[in-house]
Amino acid sequence: MDILTSALRAGFSVDAAYFCLAAIGLNVQFGYAGLINFGQAGFLAVGAYGFAVGSVSLGLPFSAAIGLGLLCSVALGLVLGLPTLRLRADYLAIATIAAAEVLRLFFGAAFQDVFHGRDGISGFSAAFQAANPFDHPFLGYRPSDLWVMTVGWGLVVIVSVFVWSIMRGPWGRVLKAIREDEEAVRSLGKNVYAFKMQALAIGGLIGALGGFVVALGQNSVQPDNFSFDLTFIVCTMLVLGGAARIMGPVIGAVVFWAFLSLVGGVLDALTAGQDPTIPAWLMTGDQIGTIRFVLVGVALVLLMIYRPQGIFGNRKEMALHA
Amino acid sequence: MRLRPALSLALLVAVLVGAAPTAVATASIAGRTTLATRGDDPETVKVTGKLVNRDDTGSTPVGGGRVTVTDASGAEHVATSRPDGGFSVEVPFEAGPISIKLDEGSLPRGVTLREGSRNPITRTISGTLPLTVTFVLGKGDRRTMSWADQVPQSLFNGLYFGLIISLGALGLSLIFGTTRLTNFAHGEMVTFGALVTYGLNVAGIDIWPAGLLAALLAAVFGFAQDRFFWRPIRRRGTGVLAMMIISIGVQFILRNVYQFFTGGRTETYRQYTTPEGHQLGPITYSVRDVVCVAIALVLVLGVTIALKRTRLGRATRAVADNAALAATTGIDVNRVITTVWAVGALLAATCGMLLGFSQAVKFDLGALQLLVMFAAITVGGLGSVWGAVLGSLLVGTLIEMSTLVIPSELKMAAALFLLVGVLLFRPQGLLGRAQRIG
Repeated sequence: MDILTSALRAGFSVDAAYFCLAAIGLNVQFGYAGLINFGQAGFLAVGAYGFAVGSVSLGLPFSAAIGLGLLCSVALGLVLGLPTLRLRADYLAIATIAAAEVLRLFFGAAFQDVFHGRDGISGFSAAFQAANPFDHPFLGYRPSDLWVMTVGWGLVVIVSVFVWSIMRGPWGRVLKAIREDEEAVRSLGKNVYAFKMQALAIGGLIGALGGFVVALGQNSVQPDNFSFDLTFIVCTMLVLGGAARIMGPVIGAVVFWAFLSLVGGVLDALTAGQDPTIPAWLMTGDQIGTIRFVLVGVALVLLMIYRPQGIFGNRKEMALHA
Repeated sequence: MRLRPALSLALLVAVLVGAAPTAVATASIAGRTTLATRGDDPETVKVTGKLVNRDDTGSTPVGGGRVTVTDASGAEHVATSRPDGGFSVEVPFEAGPISIKLDEGSLPRGVTLREGSRNPITRTISGTLPLTVTFVLGKGDRRTMSWADQVPQSLFNGLYFGLIISLGALGLSLIFGTTRLTNFAHGEMVTFGALVTYGLNVAGIDIWPAGLLAALLAAVFGFAQDRFFWRPIRRRGTGVLAMMIISIGVQFILRNVYQFFTGGRTETYRQYTTPEGHQLGPITYSVRDVVCVAIALVLVLGVTIALKRTRLGRATRAVADNAALAATTGIDVNRVITTVWAVGALLAATCGMLLGFSQAVKFDLGALQLLVMFAAITVGGLGSVWGAVLGSLLVGTLIEMSTLVIPSELKMAAALFLLVGVLLFRPQGLLGRAQRIG
């Protein structure tokens, strides 16, 4: 029972909330506009670092620091989109994955007196936690986590409503049309390039919100929080829930984290104790992490082959064109 | 930005030319069960280990090295190695990760951690099995040279690195050319070569036959991967972009499987880790480097000539040009693609085997080079064979030369800037055909 409750708790944790925001952002880019952005981790990173540097090094008030983080993510979208959005989809994939990786290295190695290397920046959430209305642990969550979760899932609701409203309007219809047939949209006189750029920037903005949630949740930002694994997990969550659906990334995030915790809990129980069910020569407790991620990889591969539309999606919408 | 040209060069010389002896520091953490029988406090864990210099000629203990163990509660425990290299420290047993940090400043003069090795190393105590952590050291070459004197050596290092990377890039480019798949799992075939070579080498096989065997095994792996995985997926009519996402899943699976078996350890081959350096003008090189260059050159030239001259090579180019048209002329497209996968995997594994001499042999060795290979084939022109080679040499040189002006941790950024520049001004790449790619 413990395993089940902790799985449920993991499904709604701070981690699930920020991954969910990252997935909603990716959904705008990948699900609706068909842009393969393999650098979502980079958007979270610039958001989180923009906010952290703004609060700690520049001493900006909370809202101004948030604004700086958002600005940085839009700037990243422009820098990435400018050279690649006119090209075939795989160029964007390569450029985004490269940019995210370089950003991680950059935050970890350059301007050490500002970014503090791999230790990262910390100590900026006092103002945020001062507004915390929770003062007792609830359902096993700490009060500080409860506050971050409230804000995080609140943002998920607001952003989901926003995405729903723009996608049912003419702007969203053009975006979906671009995904289906770029040439046809261009022949109707639409500026495909501009629409793609807007989708990339909006998705990046939503990703930056996820960056704020992780920064506030951990009260620190470290470059290794934003490795390629993050993008990979976000991608898996989105495919699991169903791309191009409002609830896809939300359900995907909850199910993914609950499932990951469940697998971890079961493996933990099987490898624990003096005489574990799984013998120690085969697997030990500290190998659970890698096994879980192998299973995540298998899940993504099987989903993409047999059910690319995920739980909710429409198969026709996930028939990706090269 | 902190500029450290002198240190960057030192690392470079130690890593790429390998002119200095390598030391391996091994620390084992014994769980509390062992300690309980020894009558010690059962609530503590003893971290024991030894700092030794292990190279071709033998091993020398390293005394005076300071190791800091941080337990799960955040308290720090310091141990200093005795003249025989051994050290030990007791920390309270507490579930959770502990980190073991080797204080680089305490190492004997001129000895530094090798580039790419992790410090501190974090482990979770399970309480039942002893854990081993390894720090890979290399004797730092702290010669201070003038900026201009470093240029020839950097150029040599860059061309050397680029030539080896071109083996991986060539396979990636061939697979892209014939299937239009951007294979994100290609780096894992590079890792495969290094890990299998390491395993065979540790088992007692000489490094060169071990590398050959690893390359052949990789060819079988590549063949099987296409025959039993990618070919059925192609037959289902799965789109290229969906296949790209699948390849990311494959990358994740393989990388974690490697980590499962190697436990995230950083290893070095048992032979030729510290070859004798020779001087040629301003450049230091070793016989091992010459052999590596020869192997890489033979493979690159062999593959490019085979593509031009042999029946299979011409069939490969026909499939790359237009698969449907090739099929109508009687070429078995699937057979060509499977062969390309086998050859691509063989090249990638050789790339990994050669990289293993100069870099830490680890589960993510190839994953770290994926970005370099992508940059190389994009700069050279996606799908172009000579473009992949030219792009690799350019990117390799740029990466190594950039360490003269920026910190070596950031040298990958140089590859990205070249990538973005090429996409802006010549998106088809240097040798790519100008065609619609948007």
